[in-house]
Amino acid sequence: MSELNQKALQRGVPLSIHLDVTYRCNERCEHCYLDHDGDGEMNTGEIKNLLDQLAAAGAFFLTISGGEPLIRPDCFEIIEYARQLRFNVKLKTNAILIRERQAKRLRELDVEQVQISVYSHRAEVHDGISKVPGSLKRTIAGIRFLKSHGLKVTIANVLMKGNLQDAEGVRQLAFEVGAHYTLDPTITPMMNGDPSLLRLRISSDSLRTVFQNSDLVGNVAEFCAPPPPVGEDALEGYPCSAGHTACYVSPRGEVYPCVQFPITCGNVREQEFFEIWQNSPQLQEVRGIRGKHLTTCSSCNHLGTCTRCPGLAYMEGNMRGPSTADCEKSFVRTGIVSAGMLAAAKTSPSALIQIRPYAG
Amino acid sequence: MSQIYISRSNAVAARELGGEMMIMSATDSTLFSLNETATIIWQAADGKTPLTEIVELRICREFDVEPEEAYRDAEELVQELARLGILMLSDQPVSNAQLEVMQRA
Repeated sequence: MSELNQKALQRGVPLSIHLDVTYRCNERCEHCYLDHDGDGEMNTGEIKNLLDQLAAAGAFFLTISGGEPLIRPDCFEIIEYARQLRFNVKLKTNAILIRERQAKRLRELDVEQVQISVYSHRAEVHDGISKVPGSLKRTIAGIRFLKSHGLKVTIANVLMKGNLQDAEGVRQLAFEVGAHYTLDPTITPMMNGDPSLLRLRISSDSLRTVFQNSDLVGNVAEFCAPPPPVGEDALEGYPCSAGHTACYVSPRGEVYPCVQFPITCGNVREQEFFEIWQNSPQLQEVRGIRGKHLTTCSSCNHLGTCTRCPGLAYMEGNMRGPSTADCEKSFVRTGIVSAGMLAAAKTSPSALIQIRPYAG
Repeated sequence: MSQIYISRSNAVAARELGGEMMIMSATDSTLFSLNETATIIWQAADGKTPLTEIVELRICREFDVEPEEAYRDAEELVQELARLGILMLSDQPVSNAQLEVMQRA
């Protein structure tokens, strides 16, 4: 797969596209970074036209998401069209609307994978986060329908303060229903930059507990190993695939480097996709950034191994700067302070309170 | 010699990248990369054109190879791709309706 990415990178091909077909949703998850406004959504024809353009540009992996994508009556028509264009399709859904018929159809369309958010194995916790009574029961029923038709299902467990204690329960639930399990402690600001959701992020101590749990992270010693010396690869390399081989298209046709990188690069209602992909000044700026260009991170021990998200850095004010959340993750994971944390401590000494002896 | 007709499987995702066809099976998520000649055969796999004709018109003329040798290689290739679920083989031309049935089998 890395060979494929490398080939796409060399040829400037947008290999992976994340397409939100709607922001409307039948849940109101408390950590959701989207508004739920359906205004200005692309219609079926516009989306099919976009898919034609994406296929012509070489896009191969298509993630269809939302909002809740299945809330659109034409969602299966869109998926069918994407499969006719031979995209590898992954669907992100809460599965509330998936019953026998929908699962069968998704299997017939050879959707490669369905990713479903589950916040807890306990209804009171999951439903409390989704704000929809009965949602866990319906979601699990949807997962079972999908599995009965042989679809690959991934349960994505977003960790936050309200469900932290249930990570193991969700992992066991995934095992029981035959789904793959992933967990993600990343809570992002709203796409409009509103940081209020960050209050839901788990604490450093909790994150440390998660990172020390082999059931959740795999090989703890490997996962928490100190970073190797920063090499030329990291200094000359790209921070992530956003804008290089991947991009995001919103329901309103706006193109961004990534769903977590809210810098508008153009709109497919006004320009051809490939024209935006090739010529957008914003995308060109993102593409120009190498590890060595990062204002603080280029001198950080974690440069080669950090999960630094340029989108989160952008939302903090500088796409070349550190992302505080990822600095924290690198520190908690390895016990080694990041350059971003040291820089923050210089301007605000109270930030040093984050620096504690490594407990692992 | 009976003819071989080849059809692309609907169960895969595929995209050409730099002259090579990337193919991923939805069932096991395995990624395959077809070289230039295999890509030509994949693209010509309409279920209606015999493999001999594909080889003669699309491979031999393009690459200046002997038809017999090219056909032997092509036959080996399509058998392998059929085993991987990327192509479907038939000994007679396949109508669209028949193709639909084969895809669901």
